[in-house]
Amino acid sequence: MINTLNTLVRKVPNWLLYLVGATYPAWLLYAGFTGGLGVDPVKAMEHALGKVGLQVLIAVLLISPLRRFTKFNFLSWRRALGVIAFFYILLHFLVWMVLDVQIISQVKADILKRPYIIVGMISLLILLPLALTSNNLSIRKLGPRWRKLHKMTYLAVALGGVHYIMQTKGFEYEPYIYLAVVLGLIAIRKLPKKRAGHPAKRQAA
Amino acid sequence: MAHRWTNDLTHDDVTPKSAYLNRRQLMAGMAGLGLAALAPKAQAASDLTPTDFDVITQYNNFYEFGTGKEDPAKHAHRLTTQPWSIKIDGMVDRPGDYALSDILSKMTIEERLYRFRCVEAWSMVVPWNGFELKDLLDLAGVQSSAKYVAFETLYRPDEMIGQKSPFLDWPYVEGLRLDEANHPLTLMATGLYGKDMPKQNGAPIRLVVPWKYGFKSIKSIVRITLTDKEPPTSWNKSIPGEYGFYSNVNPEVDHPRWSQASERPIGGGFFAKRIPTLKFNGYEKEVASLYDGMDLRKNY
Repeated sequence: MINTLNTLVRKVPNWLLYLVGATYPAWLLYAGFTGGLGVDPVKAMEHALGKVGLQVLIAVLLISPLRRFTKFNFLSWRRALGVIAFFYILLHFLVWMVLDVQIISQVKADILKRPYIIVGMISLLILLPLALTSNNLSIRKLGPRWRKLHKMTYLAVALGGVHYIMQTKGFEYEPYIYLAVVLGLIAIRKLPKKRAGHPAKRQAA
Repeated sequence: MAHRWTNDLTHDDVTPKSAYLNRRQLMAGMAGLGLAALAPKAQAASDLTPTDFDVITQYNNFYEFGTGKEDPAKHAHRLTTQPWSIKIDGMVDRPGDYALSDILSKMTIEERLYRFRCVEAWSMVVPWNGFELKDLLDLAGVQSSAKYVAFETLYRPDEMIGQKSPFLDWPYVEGLRLDEANHPLTLMATGLYGKDMPKQNGAPIRLVVPWKYGFKSIKSIVRITLTDKEPPTSWNKSIPGEYGFYSNVNPEVDHPRWSQASERPIGGGFFAKRIPTLKFNGYEKEVASLYDGMDLRKNY
């Protein structure tokens, strides 16, 4: 069963993942113009892109523990999911800047002095080089440094969770649950491995 | 005493400047001499265009029904508003439970087209129906020792399902200084667009203080207490560094997390342009004197 699923997962071409990923913002845009996002489509789109971006990043963080603790293997999706998540977060920022705040002096002021914006910006800036190096050429060129660089994902996603908590008004459970899941997925990687070597490698072979 | 403050709701008229000035003179006369009853009703329209009814009723912060903007429209139907009474107590000559129907039989309902500015930097223009808070306070007879008015929203978690969450310390409470409460702009609203107050907007009766951020305009009021001490207010209790007692609309004093210099009018779709926020939400002439000598940066 698992093997069949893993085979199917591997067979999904990357372009299909990117296509599916791109339909979401396109749908948001369509819904926003046709009333599907309520009376304030700007905020609705801004929040949806941020939240779904965080969710996709969480999915990215889930791939390696899934491989380790179950036999599900979504490794072949990880790059595409990471790039799609970056794309959502970038759009989240652009909607905030262009459609929400609009006034460029106010955008600058917010980026420089609002702590929750600063945290979000740092997260986005960390994701930028990761997205730019999500290709085979970069992996070859950077060698062992590539793995090191891409471990920054943990920090970026954690900051995304913190950014989500910081923008709430009263007390809400949801953003704390997100951060707890993110921190849990990072911590789980620190669990001691039962045997030497990389069990995932054998599985993937 | 109705019609102390007047505006005109026929918004599709263009405002002749002379008439607009006339309205200002009316205001000045009112503030200075209390002659509003003698002043003629302003002839001209305000230049405000009311936000669509559907927008006003589908985009609400009424956390008693959930934290999403659409939650109140979804969940407020559970609220039962009949019978309804307001307990008026504290420093008043005639404390007691005032049935809303009795109150309304003594009041003249007016229409007031007000700007509405949320602390979250969005805004609407709302044609409210209601009566001045002062008229209600006069019914109860405010004692000379009273300095503040405290308000309380209904607490009924079975109907107001948001109250089951610890989002805020329920019930919601708000307060005004007595001179703010007595100001002719301060309205007890019972409807909008000539209809009974929609439940998601604070049925059956809510406060509207147009020169303050929206959260001061407490909804579904069940208790009003006259006191000599500054009453606690919900958002100030929750995040004191962000929300003060006064909460006057002020483009010069930023919220710690965003600028208050401009606002997004709701209802304009994706490309609605921001507009500059006006001091005291455009009611500076009418209310600025209430805060003479006060540091509005400290008393945010």
